[in-house]
Amino acid sequence: MVDRTAISRKLIPDMIQTAKTTEPAWMRTILLGIALLFLLCFLVLPLAAVFTEALRRGFGAYLASFRDAAAMSAIRLTLLAAGIAVPANLVFGLAASWGIARFKFPGRNLLVTLIDLPFAVSPVISGLIYVLLFGMQGALGPWLAQHNIQIIFAVPGIVLATVFVTFPFVARELIPLMQEQGSEEEEAALLLGASGWQTFWRVTLPNIKWGLLYGVILCNARAMGEFGAVSVVSGHIRGKTNTVPLHVEILYNEYNFVGAFAVASLLALLALLTLVIKSALEWKIRAEAALQVEEAA
Amino acid sequence: MSIEVRNVSKTFGGYVALRNVSLCVGNGELVALLGPSGSGKTTLLRIIAGLEVPDAADGSAVIVAGEEISARNARERRVGFVFQHYALFRYMTVFENIAFGLRVRPREERPAKAGIRERVNRLLELIQLDGLAHRYPAQLSGGQRQRVALARALAIEPKVLLLDEPFGALDAKVRQELRRWLRRLHDEIHVTSVLVTHDQDEALEVADRIVVMNQARIEQTGTPEEVFHNPASQFVMEFLGHVNLFHGRVESGKAVVSNDASTGAPIFVRPFDLEIHREARGAAPMRARVRRIQSAGPSAKVELAGDNGQPILVEMSHDRLRELSLRRDDAVFVNPREAKVFLDDYSI
Repeated sequence: MVDRTAISRKLIPDMIQTAKTTEPAWMRTILLGIALLFLLCFLVLPLAAVFTEALRRGFGAYLASFRDAAAMSAIRLTLLAAGIAVPANLVFGLAASWGIARFKFPGRNLLVTLIDLPFAVSPVISGLIYVLLFGMQGALGPWLAQHNIQIIFAVPGIVLATVFVTFPFVARELIPLMQEQGSEEEEAALLLGASGWQTFWRVTLPNIKWGLLYGVILCNARAMGEFGAVSVVSGHIRGKTNTVPLHVEILYNEYNFVGAFAVASLLALLALLTLVIKSALEWKIRAEAALQVEEAA
Repeated sequence: MSIEVRNVSKTFGGYVALRNVSLCVGNGELVALLGPSGSGKTTLLRIIAGLEVPDAADGSAVIVAGEEISARNARERRVGFVFQHYALFRYMTVFENIAFGLRVRPREERPAKAGIRERVNRLLELIQLDGLAHRYPAQLSGGQRQRVALARALAIEPKVLLLDEPFGALDAKVRQELRRWLRRLHDEIHVTSVLVTHDQDEALEVADRIVVMNQARIEQTGTPEEVFHNPASQFVMEFLGHVNLFHGRVESGKAVVSNDASTGAPIFVRPFDLEIHREARGAAPMRARVRRIQSAGPSAKVELAGDNGQPILVEMSHDRLRELSLRRDDAVFVNPREAKVFLDDYSI
């Protein structure tokens, strides 16, 4: 009996190894159960609650919540803020990652750190900074007032705050991607006589398109869902400076639960859609990376 | 078309990559830049291509086909460049990759669609990949990819062709096949070419002339035969294959190796320029003991230890090995052949 064990151990060391590194079945069930329970309590139940509350008085009441002028205005403002913030950060993110991935220059590391700043700073603080800068008591406030320019408690402030908090998404996604791909393909294009634009459109952009789209999707989700920073600079003027997340809060505070959850369900749907697109992109990126690696080997 | 590089230096921060280097490549020649990594050979190639800008200095110039091109950027130089890791456009098919250089031309210089197709097809034939025009780079083997990269570089009818370690990423067998193929191709199309490599066999086999580089300078320029048989310096000698280092003195034009390794001038002898005998012969034979016999390969290699434990490597034919019937730990005598013994900077 002892001998046999010794032999089998010698013959199949891999299997022994696997058995040693795997937990017993009951342990696996418990660990998995805890994870699933956690997921259920903190993700699935709240999501379900949003939709059940929104539809509590029927589909008619649900739709009616959107027909309200204030709700429509909030949706428009959110679309406007995202519509400006996403393209702005797309262009900025491309330029920054190009610069950082392709060139070595003094202050390069500082720039990388600065790009991460919005992730490090609490959104409320970043909103507050704008108030301190552009508000009536702020540094530029009196000058702005003289020239009749209102930023705080107005649309420009909301757009600025949104741009700030969504600033890192595209650049963060592209910098490692472009660093990994290197600049040889671009050099090759240049040597073959392509202009800067031709190189960008025909070589650089196709190489980063999935990563870029991924960054844009995340950037958009955050732009539409941002609460803290926007809340500070908005002033909560109904029908004027309320975005969708702020409008949800107001409705909730007014005990208009159906309205609050109906509008919130929009954000939830956006989140679900983002997740689906994100997973599809991740799958796509992984599949292409695997192809490159497999063929290179 | 000829290439001339005059007094070019390049520093990266505090690091000197090239120190006042001058180089001439004749029309239709295939020249190999050979050296260890960090010797500056790739930097020199990238300066010719316009991918790096040399340090500003008086008398510094890069001249291709009689024209000074230092002021032109990489896009305007029309050089063909082949990268070590292919650098094929991954989202384009083989056909599109090769056609790229023609398609990006301004409208008035661009060939018509049919003209582009014809030229790409001709190049595909040249690189023997006719059937694979619609594959993507990821679907090709390393050797096939590098041939596509070469066709892509040739498509723009470059004035010169620059190859940066083109076979460095390939396995040994493919590398050998491909470098013979490259040599045949060069004999066919005669485009002036510069090939960067750290593999001395590759340089010796492929190039018309070899430029040996070391520490940002050119050590020697010459035909493969010249640099191999008449190396200009200890570095070139050591870089172009294994050498045994002895010490001794020079007596009336002959090297006399002393058994005491600590005295005298250094003498370098290639493994195949040493002979093994059972009995003492010649002026000053060295006593040695056989440590290892390695007879797999085109020639037999015998590792010995000298009197003071110094390692000696001798290469001989299999016939000679059989004749000697050596065994491990046999005591033998080693003689340098009369032919070639090199002293530090001059040969005897």
